[in-house]
Amino acid sequence: MADAKTSPGISVRNLYKIFGKNPEQYVDMVKGGMTKAELNEQYGHVLGLKDINIEMPAGGIQVVMGLSGSGKSTLIRHINRLIDPTAGEVVVGGDDVCKMSPGQLREFRRHETAMVFQKFALLPHRTVMDNTVYGLEVQGISRAEQVERAQRWIDRVGLTGFEKSYPNQLSGGMQQRVGLARALTNDAPILLMDEAFSALDPLIRMDMQSVLLDLQKEIRKTVVFITHDLDEALRLGDKIAILRDGKIVQQGTGQEIVLNPADDYISNFVKEVNRGRVILVETIMKPLSGDPEGMGIATGTTLEEAAKTMTDGNVAMAHVIDAAGKPVGSLDIHDVIAAMVTPVAHEKAMAAE
Amino acid sequence: MEWLYEFPSMNGASLRALKKAIDEGFRSFTRAYGEYFELFFEPLKHFLIYSEDFMTDTPWPIILIIIAAIAWLASRDIRIVIGSIVTLLLIGYFDMWEDTMKTISMIFVCTVLAIVIGIPIGIIMSRSDRVQAVINPILDVMQTMPSFVYLIPVVMLLGIGKVPGLIAVVIYAIPPIIRLTNLGIRLVDKDVLEAADAFGSSNWQRLKNVQMPLALPTIMAGINQTIMMALAMVVVASMIGVQGLGQPVLRAITNQYFTLGVFNGLAIVGIAIIFDRTSQAFGKRLQKHQEVVHG
Repeated sequence: MADAKTSPGISVRNLYKIFGKNPEQYVDMVKGGMTKAELNEQYGHVLGLKDINIEMPAGGIQVVMGLSGSGKSTLIRHINRLIDPTAGEVVVGGDDVCKMSPGQLREFRRHETAMVFQKFALLPHRTVMDNTVYGLEVQGISRAEQVERAQRWIDRVGLTGFEKSYPNQLSGGMQQRVGLARALTNDAPILLMDEAFSALDPLIRMDMQSVLLDLQKEIRKTVVFITHDLDEALRLGDKIAILRDGKIVQQGTGQEIVLNPADDYISNFVKEVNRGRVILVETIMKPLSGDPEGMGIATGTTLEEAAKTMTDGNVAMAHVIDAAGKPVGSLDIHDVIAAMVTPVAHEKAMAAE
Repeated sequence: MEWLYEFPSMNGASLRALKKAIDEGFRSFTRAYGEYFELFFEPLKHFLIYSEDFMTDTPWPIILIIIAAIAWLASRDIRIVIGSIVTLLLIGYFDMWEDTMKTISMIFVCTVLAIVIGIPIGIIMSRSDRVQAVINPILDVMQTMPSFVYLIPVVMLLGIGKVPGLIAVVIYAIPPIIRLTNLGIRLVDKDVLEAADAFGSSNWQRLKNVQMPLALPTIMAGINQTIMMALAMVVVASMIGVQGLGQPVLRAITNQYFTLGVFNGLAIVGIAIIFDRTSQAFGKRLQKHQEVVHG
């Protein structure tokens, strides 16, 4: 059932959001280069988002990362138009969400998107089951079908037996599982997750990330995931966009960002990252010279895993093989370990400061 | 310097003319449309009479059982049920059963009417700050204007009897339910509303699934207040012909029958406590889901 619809990509184009009484009036000034601080001081309007352009991959996880106040939660609310943009468009499957009538928008929200919230936003007066069926209930589906479809996801997120509990009787992690089950039961091709795991403690957060990654293998939805945590972004994101002061500072895969941070702001974030879990073997492999040596390691393997496999196998050299099993490069344990530690140049730069 | 000691008021003749003009305007309005008003309130009158007949004609043990059953269903608290039964038995023993039944019937009809009118007004008010700004001062007037003052036009329009009494009581008792419905809906968690929107709820679904259920405990507090205020008006309403416990109290005031006044006054207090405890316990039961079991 989950694969009935192919998930569309989402294109955000030239999106601007200004908060205040007359936002339209100031769009052109902002386009002309006025900064957030100037707009706020001179005109008392707040620049939420400035010229956002993101192509979110269909069926993949797009992470939007930024610190608080960077506009990331504002951005995700434009995709189902909980917030109206000041200028720009959000195109989903060929339709511009920003141009939909209230009726069309309601249908779009019912059938195309589902959302998970930072503060869970469950209905406190409803049981787990009645919360989970909410999206289907709004669509007007029969109660029997609601319950049947909801039960599947309640079981899947590990809440079997809690169907009759109220949200207040559950821990934060369990409440967010309800939030996730509610969103998944809707069976919408787009899943919007607004800091969905940020309120959870670290172990439970890891656990929920695993739940999401496991599910994603099977459901292949277009997921937009908002977070302020780079480790989370790198773990989940097929693509990552980093937002600061309402602007995109850099976007790309986790590896691209870790290896080539666009500016000091991002370098600062990246220096604490466990590179061994982000960088993949094909990034550091050397061209094959002669016959492939040692064991074969598949492309897509992280350095950490490769290092473990190689040391366990007690070998210093290995070769990388592609999906077809063909050797494509060679791998030296020294290079693997060297790439896992933060580059010296960067360390020096930090020391000089 | 005389103007400093005597406020420069409108001169007597013009003031008299103004009052007379308003009075006569209203009187001719009454003469022209009074009948239509009476016709308009006809269904209410039937409701009132039907309800009163039911309360007074039904054998007292059955009424006692009905009230005890309602108290039990609403509160699930045996103490409240026993308290209600004992109170009613005492009232009956001191020969105030019939008047008490008339008063309960009146309060019942008033409360139903206040809920039916008040909750929709409260909902409309919660949706727009402008409507709130208009309705709030009207509610202030309704609550602070001495009730005798608005008894006058009501009596002029509808004469003396049950219906004008009902209207006077409802005017006095309806503000809390309007205010607390408005407040309850406005206090609903914005995050939860956003979630309801994100799943594509229509306005009606939002109201029915999220706003009303979450505002219900507050609305129940409003209903409780409305009942209490309606009871407080029973004596005043008796002045324009509403039967029940107010009548003997009024007689006691005019004739200085101390004991009569105290007995009937205590009967009013007794049913007030029954209504209050029952409706509050019901309100509390509605919030059961808020009990935090997990720390």
